[in-house]
Amino acid sequence: MHGSEKDAIIRMFHVYRYYSARKALCDITLEISKNEFVFISGPSGAGKTTLLKLLYLGERVSEGQVLVDGINLARIPRKRIPFLRRKFGIIFQDYKLIPSKSVFENVALVLEAAGMKSSLIQKKVRGVLRLVNLEDKSNSLPPTLSGGEQQRAAVARAVVGDPQIILADEPTGSLDAASAGVILELLKGIHIRGATVIVATHDEALINQIGGRVLLLKEGRLESAAFVEKQYDSSLS
Amino acid sequence: MTVLYLKRAIQDILQNRFLNFVTIITISLSILIVSSAILFFINAGQIIALWQKGIRIMAYLKPEMAATALPGLTQDIQALDGVDSVRFISRDEALAELKAQMKRQSFLFENLAENPLPDGFEIRMDPSAQTWKNIEAVAARVEAFEPIAEVEYGQRWLGRFSRIFDLFRLAGYAMGGLFFIATVFIVANTIRLIIYSRREELEITRLVGATDRFIKIPFYIEGLIQGALGAICGLAILFFLFVLLSSNVEEGFFSDLFQIRFLSPGVMLPIVLGSALVGWLGCHLSLKQFLKV
Ligand SMILES: Nc1ncnc2c1ncn2[C@@H]1O[C@H](COP(=O)(O)OP(=O)(O)OP(=O)(O)O)[C@@H](O)[C@H]1O
Ligand SMILES: [Mg+2]
Repeated sequence: MHGSEKDAIIRMFHVYRYYSARKALCDITLEISKNEFVFISGPSGAGKTTLLKLLYLGERVSEGQVLVDGINLARIPRKRIPFLRRKFGIIFQDYKLIPSKSVFENVALVLEAAGMKSSLIQKKVRGVLRLVNLEDKSNSLPPTLSGGEQQRAAVARAVVGDPQIILADEPTGSLDAASAGVILELLKGIHIRGATVIVATHDEALINQIGGRVLLLKEGRLESAAFVEKQYDSSLS
Repeated sequence: MTVLYLKRAIQDILQNRFLNFVTIITISLSILIVSSAILFFINAGQIIALWQKGIRIMAYLKPEMAATALPGLTQDIQALDGVDSVRFISRDEALAELKAQMKRQSFLFENLAENPLPDGFEIRMDPSAQTWKNIEAVAARVEAFEPIAEVEYGQRWLGRFSRIFDLFRLAGYAMGGLFFIATVFIVANTIRLIIYSRREELEITRLVGATDRFIKIPFYIEGLIQGALGAICGLAILFFLFVLLSSNVEEGFFSDLFQIRFLSPGVMLPIVLGSALVGWLGCHLSLKQFLKV
């Protein structure tokens, strides 16, 4: 059932977000289809992270409407918010790993919170840590990891629950080309299995490497929407 | 799922060892004070009950009373509420008893021209009705009967003592209540500190889709464990002190009359459960505050 371009999973209507007087987002209207692979691009401070936060209710809109999978976020009761969040796998820009828990526990937390059986959790977490090449760090605490290792742990946590939507905020920011390639393969894989993937990045090389619709933000406004074809020579950027 | 929550609660306690340790010690001190009061009241109550069991009311007759009125009067007294048995003791019997009790001084009685003792009744109370109120009421009713000259119930002071004791007990309840409230706040405060030190972690846990329930249950378990462990420590300290003290007292004058006993399991269990409830309440208070934010 995936892949129907008409079938929007995310809609925003005239969304504003102010921080005191400052407009972080201004009159954003957009639609993202099920199983789309979308980039949100733009310079630092453009509002990329803020836009993602509005989707999982990390922040509330100041004005406008947001719909996720048909649910109007303005009307969602407090008790349903955790279930909204389970639709998302989120790679936070600052990783947000729990420093006192091991990599394994950090990743497992998602599945525990969703009430999965512990034998199954063991299996899934081990599998996903193998995928991001962190098997040998599974018992390490995040502060003892390198930036890239932390980022891969964050990716593992985002994908372990097989979410409908992946939100990736600068998912390759701390990685060398080889590690970034592994992460990209992962995101592509999960996209092929039916997930909608939204990547916020100002890394044009990354965009060109995969290709997809690019929403360009500038100073909180949606500047343009363009479709970028996959390019094999990333030096073109 | 339950195992998972328990595991998380224990992990949490171990991660916040110092805070939890201080809380458990504080709770155990409260429990120590409250349960030593309970220990005192239970033992003192038992001593009083023991004394009360031996109580009888003596009613002395006026000398000019006619012997024919005797059966009727016995019946009247017997009919009073709470009276178990009535025994007539004639003045001759009373003298004989007195002589028997004072064998060594029996020469005192040898030259008595006349028996100075009055006839009387020995009244024993129904054990179930043997409260001070009942004893006093019966004594007053008996005293009102026409042929009765005087009523005596030994250890009148015991009545006064038991009233003071009741007052103490009331103060004990009030104190227990205060400690209860204070301990709730102590636990609330610890949990608040723990939540505060882990607010980032809790926020992340929420962002990955955890429900309030998932976040709260380990804290409740933590509160319960703190309360129960605190109570167990407090009772252990009390037991230790009890053994230490009673091994000295045992030799004293109480020992043949009365055995001082430690709290029975039937008393200790409610103390531990009550303390666990305190932990739960304290936790509930701070979680309510936390979740408002
Ligand atoms: N909690 C906040 N309080 C005040 N201002 C904020 C807050 N969060 C974001 N902003 C402001 O909103 C604007 C957009 O921030 P945002 O984090 O969305 O940018 P971004 O596009 O993700 O930038 P970057 O590429 O550097 O991550 C910035 O000017 C920022 O200062
Ligand atoms: Mg950002």
